[in-house]
Amino acid sequence: MPLLETRALNKRFGGLHVTNNVDLALETGQVHCLIGPNGAGKSTLFRLILGEHPPSSGAILFAGEDITALKPFQRIRRGMSVKFQVPGIFKALSVRQNLEIAMQHHYDPASLSREIGALLDFLNLTADAGRLAGNLSHGQKQWLEIGMAVSLKPRLLLLDEPTAGMSPEETHATGEMVKRLNAEGMTVLAVEHDMAFVRQVADQVTVLHLGKVFAQGTIDAIVADERVAAIYLGQATAQEAAHDTSHAQTGGVHA
Amino acid sequence: MNALTRFFRRLEGPQTLGRGPLFWLGFVVAVACAMAYPLVSDGYTVGNTVYFFTWIFMALGLCLIWGYGGSLSFGQTAFFGIAGYSYGILTINFGSAYGFTFVALVFAVLLAALFAALIGYFLFFGRISGVFLGIVTLSVTLVLERFMAQTAGPEWKIGSARLNGFNGMSNMPPLTLPWPGGDIVLFPDVELYYVVLAMLVVIYLALRILVNSRFGNVLVAIRENPERAEMLGYDIRKYQLGTFVIGAALAGLSGVLYTSWGQYITPSSMGMTAAALPIVWVAVGGRSDLTTTLIGTVTVLAVFQALTIHGSQYALVVMGAMLVLTVLLAPSGLIFALARLIARPFAKRQPGDL
Repeated sequence: MPLLETRALNKRFGGLHVTNNVDLALETGQVHCLIGPNGAGKSTLFRLILGEHPPSSGAILFAGEDITALKPFQRIRRGMSVKFQVPGIFKALSVRQNLEIAMQHHYDPASLSREIGALLDFLNLTADAGRLAGNLSHGQKQWLEIGMAVSLKPRLLLLDEPTAGMSPEETHATGEMVKRLNAEGMTVLAVEHDMAFVRQVADQVTVLHLGKVFAQGTIDAIVADERVAAIYLGQATAQEAAHDTSHAQTGGVHA
Repeated sequence: MNALTRFFRRLEGPQTLGRGPLFWLGFVVAVACAMAYPLVSDGYTVGNTVYFFTWIFMALGLCLIWGYGGSLSFGQTAFFGIAGYSYGILTINFGSAYGFTFVALVFAVLLAALFAALIGYFLFFGRISGVFLGIVTLSVTLVLERFMAQTAGPEWKIGSARLNGFNGMSNMPPLTLPWPGGDIVLFPDVELYYVVLAMLVVIYLALRILVNSRFGNVLVAIRENPERAEMLGYDIRKYQLGTFVIGAALAGLSGVLYTSWGQYITPSSMGMTAAALPIVWVAVGGRSDLTTTLIGTVTVLAVFQALTIHGSQYALVVMGAMLVLTVLLAPSGLIFALARLIARPFAKRQPGDL
């Protein structure tokens, strides 16, 4: 039984069909990456899975249970957790307090501070524990939020462009972190643009295009698929631009 | 560390200014001075000071809802009025024997809380937030003012209590302590002063514990980023509703104490001007902290009264100017900015902190 499953999921905003009959199945233990050109419907699919938008039709199952009608916080309590694209942290609070708010209901008061200490170590933020979260560097903010998401010990971790705005070194370190979490038994679904990151972590890749599942398979199969390269090329505004910068445009896919 | 010490440790925490022996020494000195004050003053002045104190509960309630929870309620006076009128109706009908005035106090506060729970349910479970929350809560208090203002006719009475329209309700008995050898009637004098001071100290400390508890953690998390708070598994609507009800109950307590203090309440206590004043007190003092709210409220009220007594008709204009200046110069509050300045030499500065 897949951990997460969407069945014929549809979402329309007025006349815009943003999510079109998406069937997705995520096996337990996988790292599954969701890629696709801008406007492919990745973020909307994410929000449907989280329950921030109700779908127009279709169903979402988590561990065999139909969660289509559940509110976001109820889905979180069933074992999902999310890291947003723009770091969703509590800026005016200290780093330690950010983690405390995430973890306070999962540990008894006696062991809470020890668990926070361990997580701060894992995130390389021990020296910054007393700083205001809003004053961290961008990469540190991303890690802090990943830490908050992971501290819930979710069965399914949802990552929305976890490496957005990161340097290549930070991206690589984030990839290693994801692999470590996966090795500890966490199933991961990530929306990601950075193909080096996808190659580093993904077991399965789903390509979304115009709201539909366009291709699905291992990273090697996806990279070899010429139709996938074509939809990324189709994004270029002018033919020449596409030609001149074809390496930059598709570099991700061929990387 | 057992549960009780952990409970009292919450008197200090990330959500409240002031910690360590020096702060608590200052706290004890302040309370001692407040207790000694009637010894060096006369009954009238002390009674007048109680008047200041009665408003602080409403301000602390707004501080909780707005400063900590991030929801601007413009309707604290609605709950103030409901509790004030309820106290009047109950005590006029049932008298003050056997300590009933304190029973009436509890009922009046509960009624205000119940009303807040009803309104709050539709607001927060309807996901109304930001400026719309302010508009709806303001409308509620203005509707109540209008309604009470048209109850002048003799048909508007509950038991023997006439509502009296715009002239307001008067002659309810003041709070009365049952005492062996004769009840103590708490007129605005030294006895009432000590009762209200005791309430103030208890509630201030209780709120400190509340905001530094897990509940308080979630509350500031909602203020900072409601979406993230929900995505950590918190049903933020329940936290918002709970805060709104606690804040409303405190406004209700203010309403009862005010009504008992002057034996008088009118619809204008729920009007536009009255509704705006708590926002001025809390904003000027520093809404994000209980202590600065408390000090700010007393300061602003004292300035306001000094201006009114010395013949200035512009007291309200000065209030407005104070609010504008605060927003422009020290958005987190004047007392808050001052407290930061004082604390600076003592604080270990972290690189990158404000």
